[in-house]
Amino acid sequence: MIETFLNPEIIAAIWPIVLAGLANTVLLSLIVVPLGLLGGLIVALLATVHHPLVRWPLMAWVDFFRAFPPLVLLVLLFAGLPFAGLELGGFACVAIAFFLNTGAYYGEILRAGIDSVPVGQIEAARSTGLNRLQAMGYIVLPQAVRNVLPDLLSNTLEVVKLTSLGSVVAVPELLFQARQAQSLTYSPTPIVLVAIVYFLILWPMVRLLSRLENRALASRR
Amino acid sequence: MARPIVEARGIHKHFGALHVLKGVDLEVAERELVFVIGPSGSGKSTLLRCLNRLEEPSSGSVVVDGIDMLDPKTDINRARQRIGMVFQSFNLYPHMTALGNVTLALRKVAGKSRVEAEALGRAALKRVGLADRAGHTPGQLSGGQQQRVAIARAIALEPRVMLFDEPTSALDPELVGSVLEVMCDLRESGMTMIVVSHEMGFARNAADRVIFMDHGLIVEQGPPVAIFENPSQERTRAFIGQIQRH
Repeated sequence: MIETFLNPEIIAAIWPIVLAGLANTVLLSLIVVPLGLLGGLIVALLATVHHPLVRWPLMAWVDFFRAFPPLVLLVLLFAGLPFAGLELGGFACVAIAFFLNTGAYYGEILRAGIDSVPVGQIEAARSTGLNRLQAMGYIVLPQAVRNVLPDLLSNTLEVVKLTSLGSVVAVPELLFQARQAQSLTYSPTPIVLVAIVYFLILWPMVRLLSRLENRALASRR
Repeated sequence: MARPIVEARGIHKHFGALHVLKGVDLEVAERELVFVIGPSGSGKSTLLRCLNRLEEPSSGSVVVDGIDMLDPKTDINRARQRIGMVFQSFNLYPHMTALGNVTLALRKVAGKSRVEAEALGRAALKRVGLADRAGHTPGQLSGGQQQRVAIARAIALEPRVMLFDEPTSALDPELVGSVLEVMCDLRESGMTMIVVSHEMGFARNAADRVIFMDHGLIVEQGPPVAIFENPSQERTRAFIGQIQRH
C-alpha cells in the first residue's frame, strides 16, 4: 500500500519537482490574492456610487464573472486571446482570470462590509471636514474589513485552492508538477504527496478561519 | 443685534414626497445659544443638518460665518471645519482611541503635524474632563464619556459654531449631567451654539432663545421664560405641557 501511494524512493526522486511546484503555487497566490483584492476594492468602491450609469454596468459585471466558471474563463483567455493577436503566457492568463473572477467575489464581500458600517460614521467624518475618500479610507474601510474578515479569509482560502487551475494552462504550480512527476514515474505517489502539501499549507488558514468565525459568532451573541 | 454668524433663509427640504422643511428662516448671532424644540418629525434635526450641508436643502440659502454653504464653488470640507457637530449616537470611530478620534481631522483636514495635532487633541480632551482617557477606545468609555470625546473632536478644530443634535437623548439619566456641564463651559467660553434637545432645565439656565418647530415650520420663538411659561401659540402650549409631564 505505502509502496504504491507513498513510495519513499519516488518521493526522494521527485521532491525537487514538487518543491518547485510549491514555490510557484505560493508565488501565484501572492500575485492573484492581492490582484483579486484590488479588483474587489474597485468593485466595492464603485458600488458606493449610486448613479445608474455606474450601478447597472457594475451589477452586470459582477453577475457575469460570478456566474462564469473560472476554469472556462481561464481556458477561454488562454486559447482565445491568441486569435485576437494577444499572445499571453499561462501565468498572465491566470492573473487576469483571477482578477476578474475573484475580484467579483471579493467585491461583494467588501461591499457587504461597507454596508455594515453605520451611516453615522460617515456623517461624523464628513462633519469634521474629511472628504468622501478620506472618510472611506480612514473610517469606513477599516471597520468594513474587520466586520467581514472571516468571509475575506474564507474566500482567500478558495482562491489559493483555485490556483491549481493554473495546471490546465501549463503554469508549473503544484498540481501541474505532480502530474508531470506522475507521468514520469507511472505512480500515484506524486499526486498523494501534493495533496498532503496542499493540506499542510491550507490547514493553518482553516484553523485561523474557524477561530475568527467562532469569535464573530460569540461577539454577535 | 450683531451681524448673524448663521443666516439661513427660506429653507425647504423634500425627502421624496415628504415635505420636511417648509421655508425656515434662522438667524443666530455670535455667542448666542439657541435651543430648538419640537415633536419628533417636526424637522429640527433636518434643519440642523442643512446648516453644514449633511443634508442638501431643496431650496433656500445658508450662510455661515460669511461663507455661502450652498455655493458649488465653496470648499465644503474647509467650511465644515468651522461648524462642529455632535450627534445623538456619538458616532465615535470605534477602531481608534479617544485621542485618535480627536486628532484625525486635525491631521488630515487642518494639516497639522502629528505632534501638533496630539497637543491640540489632548488640550481638547482636557477641556471635556477626559485628559486621562486619551488612550481608551470608545468601547471602553461610558456613554457620557463618549459624548464628551465627540464634543472634544468637534471643538479641537476651533469651530465658529457648534451644532448639537439631541446630544443627551441616548444617555442614561445619570450620565446626562456631565455632558450638559461641558456644554455649559463651552457656552461660557463664548461659543455660538445651536442645540436640538428637550433638556428643559438646561434650556432655562443657558439658552438665550428657544425656537419651537412643528410640521417643518418655526411656530414661535423667544426667551426661554416666555416660551416655557407663557407661549402664545396653542401648539407650543400643548407640546410644552407634554414634555413637562415627563
